[in-house]
Amino acid sequence: MECLIGIQGKDFVLIATDTISARSVVAMKDDHDKMYPLSDNLLMAVCGEAGDSIQFSEYIAKNVQLYKMRNGYELSPRAAANFTRRNMAESLRSSRSHLVNLLIAGYDKDEGPSLFFLDYLASLNKMPFAIHGHGSLFALSIMDKYYEKDLDFAGASALLMKCITEIQKRFIVNLGKFRVRIVDKDGIHDKGTVAPEPVVAA
Amino acid sequence: MARRYDSRTTIFSPEGRLYQVEYAMEAIGHAGTCLGIMASDGILLATEKRNTNKLLDEVSYSEKIYRLYDDMACSVAGITADANVLTNELRLIAQRYILQYQESIPCEQLVSTLCDVKQAYTQFGGKRPFGVSILYMGWDKHYGFQLYQSDPSGNYGGWKATCIGNNSANAISLLKQEYKDDNTINLQAALDLSIKVLAKTLDMTKLTPDKVEIATLTRENNKTVMRILKDPEVEVHIKKYEEEEAKLEAEKKKEADKKKA
Repeated sequence: MECLIGIQGKDFVLIATDTISARSVVAMKDDHDKMYPLSDNLLMAVCGEAGDSIQFSEYIAKNVQLYKMRNGYELSPRAAANFTRRNMAESLRSSRSHLVNLLIAGYDKDEGPSLFFLDYLASLNKMPFAIHGHGSLFALSIMDKYYEKDLDFAGASALLMKCITEIQKRFIVNLGKFRVRIVDKDGIHDKGTVAPEPVVAA
Repeated sequence: MARRYDSRTTIFSPEGRLYQVEYAMEAIGHAGTCLGIMASDGILLATEKRNTNKLLDEVSYSEKIYRLYDDMACSVAGITADANVLTNELRLIAQRYILQYQESIPCEQLVSTLCDVKQAYTQFGGKRPFGVSILYMGWDKHYGFQLYQSDPSGNYGGWKATCIGNNSANAISLLKQEYKDDNTINLQAALDLSIKVLAKTLDMTKLTPDKVEIATLTRENNKTVMRILKDPEVEVHIKKYEEEEAKLEAEKKKEADKKKA
C-alpha cells in the first residue's frame, strides 16, 4: 500500500514517499517519514514489512557512517547501494531475511546524481526514475510518457504531480500527501509535502 | 637478559620491547633491497633480484613484485614463504571489498587491513610474526598515487620515497638528499634516481638489467597501468647513469689536476 517515487534530474535526484503508516486497514499516522539520510549526499527511502524497514535501514545508515569515521571519506552512492544490496542478498539467503524495498538516491562529485532501485529480492538497478508499491502500476506509464533527461526541479515536480494525481485517481487506497526531498551537490534538502490535485468527477 | 623474553611473541621484555618483532625486522635487513619512489605522474618499485641462478626456470610474472588488484601492486623483502601468504591475503582482502562494494578498495584501507592481521601475530596466538616488509604502490580516486610501507610489527606509513631490505638505511639517506620535495619529479627522473640509488647501495661492481626488476604504475585513459620494465628499457637508464657518473668522475679529475698544477 505504500508508495516510493524517485526521479533523477539534471544535477539532483528527487524522492517522494507517501506519509501513511498503516496496519492492516487502519491508517495510524499520516505524517510518517519513510526516508533515512545515509550520509550528507545519500538518501534512502524504505517501504515494506513494519519492523524490518527500520531495522534494515538503520543498520545500513550506521554502517555508512562507520565507513566515514574509519576512513575519513564517504562511500560513493554506487558503493553504498552495492553494499546495501549485498547485505540484503545475504540476509535473504539466511533465516533473517528483511522484507524491504528501497530507493537510494545520491550525488557523487565525479558521477553526478544517481538513483538506485533495490527490491526485497536484492535486485539492484540504477534507473532514471523508479517507483515501489502498488502506485507503480499506475505511475510508471505516466513516467514512461512524460519523463525527459536533464529535468530541472520544476520539471521533476511537475512530473511528480502527474504521477501522484494519477495514483490518487486510480488507486483504491487514498495515499494522501507525499513528502518530497532532493539530493544534490549541496546535500539533502527538504521540499515539504505535496498533495495530489483534487480529483474532478469524470 | 633478553633471552628469557624471546621465546614468546606475546610478551614484552622488561625494557618494553617486543623482541620477536625486532628479530623479524632483523631478518628483513638481510633480504634483497626494494625501493619505491613516487613521482607526479606515477610510482615505481625497484627490486634487487637475488635468484640469478641460471638453472632457475623463468618465473611467470615476477620474482618479487606482485599484482594485488587492478590499482595496486606490491614488492616484498624478507622470507619469501611468508610473503606468499601475505600477498594471498592482500588479494583476498581486495576482492572481498570489491564483492561488497563493487568498486576498487582504496589503497590505505588495503594496507591497514593487512596490518591489522600482522599486528595480531604480535599480540596473541603464540605464533611468530611474518618476516616480511612490504612496499605498496597504488592509485585511488581519493588520494591519487600513493606509496606505503608496512613491517612485521603491523605498523605502516605513507611515503614519497623509501627503501627496505639490505642496505636500506644507505638508500634512504641517499634518497633524502636527492629526492626533491616539490612534487615535480616525473617518472623518468624517478627511474633514473632509482638506478642511481640501487647502484650505490647494492654490493656489486656493475649494475645490469638481470640483477634488478623495476615496475611502474601509471594512469592512462582513466585506467591504472602496471608494467614491469623490459631489460632494454632498464639498460637505457643504467647507461644514462653510467654516463653521468663518468662525467662527474672526469670533472673531479679535472679539478684535482687543476689543484695540483
